[in-house]
Amino acid sequence: MAYSDKVIDHYSNPKNVGTLDKSKTNVGTGLVGAPECGDVMRLQIEVDEITGVIADAKFKTFGCGSAIASSSLATEWLKGKTVDQALAIDNMDIVEELNLPPVKIHCSVLAEDAIKAAINDYRVKNGMPELELEEKKH
Amino acid sequence: MELKLPIYLDNNATTPMDPRVLEAMLPYFVEKFGNAASRNHSFGWVAEEAVDYAREQVAKLINADPKEIIFTSGATESDNLALKGVFEMYASKGNHIITVVTEHKAVLDTCKHIEKLGGQVTYLPVNDEGLIDLKELENAITDKTILIAIMYGNNEVGVIQPVREISAIARKHGVLFFTDGTQAVGKIPVDVQADGIDLMAFSGHKMYGPKGVGVLYVRRKNPRVKVTAQMDGGGHERGMRSGTMNVPGIVGLGKACEICMNEMDAEAKRLSTMRDRLENALLELEEAYVNGSKEHRLPHVSNISFKYVEGEGLMMGFNKNIALSSGSACTSASLEPSYVLKALGLGDDLAHSSLRFGLGRFTTDEQIDYTINAIKETVLKLREMSPLWEMFKEGIDLNSIEWAHH
Repeated sequence: MAYSDKVIDHYSNPKNVGTLDKSKTNVGTGLVGAPECGDVMRLQIEVDEITGVIADAKFKTFGCGSAIASSSLATEWLKGKTVDQALAIDNMDIVEELNLPPVKIHCSVLAEDAIKAAINDYRVKNGMPELELEEKKH
Repeated sequence: MELKLPIYLDNNATTPMDPRVLEAMLPYFVEKFGNAASRNHSFGWVAEEAVDYAREQVAKLINADPKEIIFTSGATESDNLALKGVFEMYASKGNHIITVVTEHKAVLDTCKHIEKLGGQVTYLPVNDEGLIDLKELENAITDKTILIAIMYGNNEVGVIQPVREISAIARKHGVLFFTDGTQAVGKIPVDVQADGIDLMAFSGHKMYGPKGVGVLYVRRKNPRVKVTAQMDGGGHERGMRSGTMNVPGIVGLGKACEICMNEMDAEAKRLSTMRDRLENALLELEEAYVNGSKEHRLPHVSNISFKYVEGEGLMMGFNKNIALSSGSACTSASLEPSYVLKALGLGDDLAHSSLRFGLGRFTTDEQIDYTINAIKETVLKLREMSPLWEMFKEGIDLNSIEWAHH
């Protein structure tokens, strides 16, 4: 199976690899997936407390090229969005942007889950109720 | 020597054909196209002669009699013919077959089929080196056991089973011994007499011969073994495998066997030196582990897990220039990591992180150097990107985390 050019580009030059200080109250961390399943994503957002805009986003991913590309793309999209806007990111947007084949759709679902988990972590840290998230099929 | 790219290190999947093999085959497509079963004209005689000669070349490699060589379409067909053929032929004696969990799917799936037909199959486990326990094998034998089916060398980890000890147990209990020799024949000395093998499957394209041709060795003396044909027709191959002979393929397989016979010793030495160099260099990386026995192993195979990086992601870092395979789920249709590695007791995480190196006749030292650098570089790069590596470095026990399984 050949990878799309966009997947190869994100894999070769991943955007926003790294770690934010998870002890800060304006940093939300989402850790999803499992080593036994072959993919684990950690996605972090740093929210500007005045504007509510995501000022920085970082990821680290254990997984295949599509998983790495999905999380790299997610961090790019997150930056500059408000937390509410970020919630609207749908996994199918990632599938479309990266031309993921059907067997790799679960990578995009994982990225969406990671975004929501990071947002929830941020919300809980800042005294907001946790969002009920619909379960997507992996 | 100049570095030749891309580098092929997936010789357990298939080998390139040796040009000498192609040369031997070429006359048998257009010029000498006869049907080896045409007994009454020269076209047939020429073809028959070529098949007979190839049969001798093949027999010589494994120390068999030419009459004991049954040509098939490949190892999968040979596995099917051996297992189903023995199950049918020896039905009055019993219905029990003993095999091993790390066998190739061509054996395991055939055994599943036999179970549906009323057969009993015991699947022996292996230890963390990939080896069976001989006591466990002997204990599994019942008065209904007709066949022990255990491969010679494993396709994923290269582990060589104790074939002579296994055949001695089989002999002692009057049970036939079948071995899938696909990865071993032509790579290491395989001797059906000394090894006590009653039936053996192997294939042309794993030993620098053509695809679409294989062998089932069927012993004729002490004991005389028979298998029920699984394909009915003209009664070719002593009635055990009907179908017009694939003359060019058989000629190529014969030539491939002859070359292996002459060059095996030197080639095995060269490849194991190269393999060890590759392996030792890669093991300089932290948290890298060899899977399977290092002592009882084919000379050209190495299977290594690079903890905290995922196999497919790893391969993507160099698969433009290096071809190899991984036990990771993502590379297989099933989305399950390698059942062979799991049978060795590897957790799913380590199975996901494995690469299989299969060196071959045309692998060069320059290619090994390139591979060492490319893999080391990619492992380090992906670990910088791996949350699991970060946790490991921080001393966090990954088993203490409640992972969301999906």
